[in-house]
Amino acid sequence: MARMEVHKDHCKGCGLCIDICPVNVIEVSKEINNLGYHPAVYKGEGCTGCSLCFYACPEPDAIVVYRKD
Amino acid sequence: MAQVKDVLQKPSSFYDRFFRKPDRYQEDTHYCPGCGHGVLHKLIAEAIDDFGIRDRTIMISPVGCSVFVYYYFDTGNFQVAHGRAPAVATGIKRTHPDAIVISYQGDGDLAAIGGNNILQAANRGENITVFFVNNAIYGMTGGQMAPTTLIGQKTMTSPYGRKAEWEGYPMKVSELLSTLEAPAYIERVALTDGKNLMKARKAVRKAIQTQIDGKGFSLVEVLSACPSGWRMTPVDAKKWVDEVMTKTFPPGVYKDVSNEREVGSWARHLEKVPVEKYHEILGLTGTAMEVEGDMNEVPENFRNPRVLIAGFGGQGILLLGQTLAEAGMRHGWNSTWIPSYGPEMRGGTANCHVKISETPIGSPVVSEPNILITMNQPSLERFEKSLVPGGLLIYNTSMIDTKPQRSDIDILPIPATEMADEIGSLRVANMVIVGAILEKTKILQKDIVLDSLNTVVKHKKFIPMNTQAIEKGIEYVRNFKQ
Repeated sequence: MARMEVHKDHCKGCGLCIDICPVNVIEVSKEINNLGYHPAVYKGEGCTGCSLCFYACPEPDAIVVYRKD
Repeated sequence: MAQVKDVLQKPSSFYDRFFRKPDRYQEDTHYCPGCGHGVLHKLIAEAIDDFGIRDRTIMISPVGCSVFVYYYFDTGNFQVAHGRAPAVATGIKRTHPDAIVISYQGDGDLAAIGGNNILQAANRGENITVFFVNNAIYGMTGGQMAPTTLIGQKTMTSPYGRKAEWEGYPMKVSELLSTLEAPAYIERVALTDGKNLMKARKAVRKAIQTQIDGKGFSLVEVLSACPSGWRMTPVDAKKWVDEVMTKTFPPGVYKDVSNEREVGSWARHLEKVPVEKYHEILGLTGTAMEVEGDMNEVPENFRNPRVLIAGFGGQGILLLGQTLAEAGMRHGWNSTWIPSYGPEMRGGTANCHVKISETPIGSPVVSEPNILITMNQPSLERFEKSLVPGGLLIYNTSMIDTKPQRSDIDILPIPATEMADEIGSLRVANMVIVGAILEKTKILQKDIVLDSLNTVVKHKKFIPMNTQAIEKGIEYVRNFKQ
């Protein structure tokens, strides 16, 4: 099963991953992170491993996509 | 496209930590949330990883928000002056043709101050890759109007919106450069939805591949969001790129001749020329006569001479200086020669500065000469004051009616132009002066000076006449009575 992971302390909460996700499995966390933003978070299921969130994310180490596990 | 990876994560061509930021934030960029730079950085880093070229990649950081490219890419890095990335990239690539040179520039940097740099590099077909980030404003300095600002777009410096009648039209760099013959590949992409992101990824890789294949100049223009500069949310900014910017800047391939070119055809591997061969290539194959000079044998006030030579253009001022400098060098001394042009190139003065010295020369500029040669009236008037007390003034009485004013200097009047005319050419007046300097100052040995003519005189058939003029100058000084 594919999945994505947000390294929450490297996320600036821009929301581009949420916007681009074709299956709508990422959302904004209520938590405030190290950088002072509400980071994105994986909803926990439904990721297809398409990896668009990885390419849409401007931060080098905020998103990791495991295409198959 | 490369094979599909199982895990997509931070490319290893990025540094582990970015030392620009304080310790706790060293894994995050300095870019604003939603900035297109980060996205493009990731695409480039991924391509460098996949192509296995990290050890030979050199990134050129521009001026602008992406000035800190060198904090991110674990490659070779240069940071350059505003707009000059293509020029520096050219130098690096030409001297290191095996390096993969990636120039990264924004629109203020590339399209405004660096406009000519990119135009010339593209026109030369430099085998480099340029990533051109177009966000339609100056981002780093706070959102001023750029050459790429859209018609009607409000910025800090176009508060009523850009008007063509006032500020011209947005500069379409990809279209402009694609009219040139030399570039191999030019494409514009937009960092927007999934489809366009994948096109951008493909373009980044193709541009780098074009360079690896030695097929010449490649440029990818990347329409990129600046949420902070545009005062928008990142998602709205992305939509604005998609819905507004692309109307003025349509994405697409603007030029691609990479398939028509042979691999390596534009790679420009220079043949290394051994130093011993330089003289041969420059046509200086004759054996240069040299001696060991001794400044102690030169009269004290002429030692380590600082010579200022001035006259009309066409009087052989520069050649006169070159002859002295060449001969000085052949005595084992250091010598410099520089021409110095004022704004009055015609009818005014043409000068050159010559220094000959036992010790290394700091500046080649002669502001206080101890030998002054004036070949025409304006030169005497202009430079007489600059001569140091006790210095030597040689002036061409054929062209100068007045007498020098100073009494604290050594003065040698000589009708150089008339003497040259007697030999048969007005143009050798300069060599009459060389002869006069030889005899008067005893700095340079005659046979060395005559041999130096073989180097400095381009047309060998004139050498006998020049030699005759030098002899005549020597003879004049010997017979001269104050």
